[in-house]
Amino acid sequence: MALVLNDEQTMLRDNARGFLAKNAPIAHLRALRDTRDADGFSRALWKDFVEMGWAGILVPQDFGGLGLGHVEAGVVMEELGRTLTPSPFLSTAILAATAIARAGNDQQKKNYLPQIVAGELIATIAVDETAKHHPEKTALTAARAGSGFKLSGAKTFVLDGHVANLLIVAARTAGKPGETNGLTLFIADASARGLRAERTPTVDTHNAARITFDDVNLGADNVLGKVDAGWDALEGVLNAGRAALAAEMVGASDEAFSRTVAYLKERKQFGKPIGEFQALQHRAAHLYCELEVTRSAVLKALQTLDDSYDRAGAIVSVAKARAGLSATLAVQEAVQMHGGIGMTDEFDIGLFMKRVRVCQELFGDANFHADRLARLSRY
Amino acid sequence: MENLESFRKETRAWLEANCPPEMRRPSQTEEDTCWGGRHCVFQSDAQRLWLERMAKKGWTVPEWPREYGGGGLTRDEAKILRQEMRALGCRSPLDSFGIWMLGPALLKYGSEEQKREHLPKIARGEIRWCQGYSEPGSGSDLASLQTRAEDKGDQFLVNGSKIWTSYADKADWIFCLVRTDPSAPKHEGISFLLFDMESAGVSTKPITLISGASPFCQTFFDDVLVPKANLVGKLNKGWDIAKYLLTHERDMIGGMGGTSENRSLGQIATETVGTDNGMLADTVLRGQIAALEIDALAFRLTMDRAGDMAKVGQAHPAVSSLLKYYGTELNKRRMELVMSAGGMDALEWEGERSREGRTARAWLRSKANSIEGGTSEVQLNIIAKRILGLPGA
Repeated sequence: MALVLNDEQTMLRDNARGFLAKNAPIAHLRALRDTRDADGFSRALWKDFVEMGWAGILVPQDFGGLGLGHVEAGVVMEELGRTLTPSPFLSTAILAATAIARAGNDQQKKNYLPQIVAGELIATIAVDETAKHHPEKTALTAARAGSGFKLSGAKTFVLDGHVANLLIVAARTAGKPGETNGLTLFIADASARGLRAERTPTVDTHNAARITFDDVNLGADNVLGKVDAGWDALEGVLNAGRAALAAEMVGASDEAFSRTVAYLKERKQFGKPIGEFQALQHRAAHLYCELEVTRSAVLKALQTLDDSYDRAGAIVSVAKARAGLSATLAVQEAVQMHGGIGMTDEFDIGLFMKRVRVCQELFGDANFHADRLARLSRY
Repeated sequence: MENLESFRKETRAWLEANCPPEMRRPSQTEEDTCWGGRHCVFQSDAQRLWLERMAKKGWTVPEWPREYGGGGLTRDEAKILRQEMRALGCRSPLDSFGIWMLGPALLKYGSEEQKREHLPKIARGEIRWCQGYSEPGSGSDLASLQTRAEDKGDQFLVNGSKIWTSYADKADWIFCLVRTDPSAPKHEGISFLLFDMESAGVSTKPITLISGASPFCQTFFDDVLVPKANLVGKLNKGWDIAKYLLTHERDMIGGMGGTSENRSLGQIATETVGTDNGMLADTVLRGQIAALEIDALAFRLTMDRAGDMAKVGQAHPAVSSLLKYYGTELNKRRMELVMSAGGMDALEWEGERSREGRTARAWLRSKANSIEGGTSEVQLNIIAKRILGLPGA
């Protein structure tokens, strides 16, 4: 497949860009932050997303969704990265929708997917338990209890965890932390007894929460996929999330870079635009190359998820690692090249640095993915 | 798509029937590369046969028009041909600066007569070309070149000297930048000339590099007479052709970062460093290799993407600077890791075990990648100016 967006994807990008510039510019993020908004996102804006079909972008048409692919979801993520817009798009429309559409049984799909499409459900995945992403180290236990299971343990950095109605939880039904066997995915109602969410405000003003499971009882019909053999399904969902985050970082770094290049042309010192100094020109040109090289890998990763979902692991790792590193370089150069003003809260550029740090860390940073690629290549 | 699939089948069948088994083994030495030319000595019958068969098909230059000795393939077909050749391990039948650099420039700027005269001989490997660009006083500032071509009626009289002329001592003809108007601003007094290296007054002196090899020469012109018919394009308009050709040279050199030998770095290091629980025993090296592999794969995809963008008319003309800069820096980084993975074994300079110091010599050779064809710094200048639009660059 050609590594360019087709006409429909280009149109989606242009529409998303126009819509977000008008309805959710960075001022939108600032307003949520400065008013300490209880939800951490705008339900009115999410309603607009739902009306445009974005909540069901990955949901098959049989269940009322748009039935589009990860490339299209990535196009939207890239534009959300440009405006740093907080929304349940990643948690609900990408992670939860992928988990249920890929691993769910007919009943589960029929129950949940139309609700996601209609915007009636904020859903998310609860995977990480430690400061660094290591899904195989899942320790939260799901012990058999009668015909069902009893979940005990805690999850950290659950996206939109304090506003989610539905959680997809990775739990250990067998084996030891560190083993990929013995993991099971569960669908849990957020109102289940014993389940408690504590919002954890983060540096980027996007939603995350700690969730504790204190003997939460779930039925056998809450199992998503196979008991003890949930690893592949989990990896698939995580890959979708990783590629989406890489796309978001492409958008965030592209925007930070454009603003920086504009500033280099406008800011004068020593009687000339600072963009005339070769010391800055070469750094900007190098950064441009890094961002272009990343963009290729990210598009390929999204295309691979659409073409061969089960074999996307390696290219997704390449994309997530590249995006993490080049976006980090982009925001660091952005702040440095803006000088003093780049350090002020009033100026937007620092907000990009904050968001990119979070995207870099989520679902594995560049080191995690380099290690993963080395494992996949057997060295 | 169906047509492409049948093209793939036919291509595979043809390659299997026509590529001699000897030509399906990885190249071991410089002699395994066929450069063609008047004085070409084929290393084996298989090498000669392989060139003849591919040239007859037009597949030494698959995308050139058939009337000039090409294969007339579309970009997609040519890609399939490359894939199938790689799958069978077929060597390139012919490497040449005529194919990579002069050919594309002649196709765009040459007269019909020049195309008919020169392109088929390039395609068949009959004439080996060299490039007369840099001069002792004109490196990164190429447009300051001083080699003069004076108007002498039907002919030009060429005097001056070129440097870093790759394989000038083995080449039959040269494509050469000369100054035809010394009074004009530097970019506007340059012309693009072709001439025979056997012309009276041409001499060459090989330059030994840090790798011990002498792929480059200094080339001297003493009152060399060149027929005016050998001027490509218009008089004093050679800089446009020079730049166009340079983008092809950059793609060629940048592409080196995308090619990898048969064994991955991870495999090389696994053999020399050993493993611990299935992972490279040197964990720092392991991380560096993985980081490099990530960048190398992303860069290969960027080359693909650049081609795909060109096809739909979205390519930026300065993209070859991006590929040249990134690809060559990547290749240097890769060779540093090859040396690191190879350890003390990689330091051997002579003898059969090291194949005459192949690794060390390749490592040293790679250092030229970010200098030849325009330094990395020049590429960054071009990107800053032409893509980013930064002032005064």
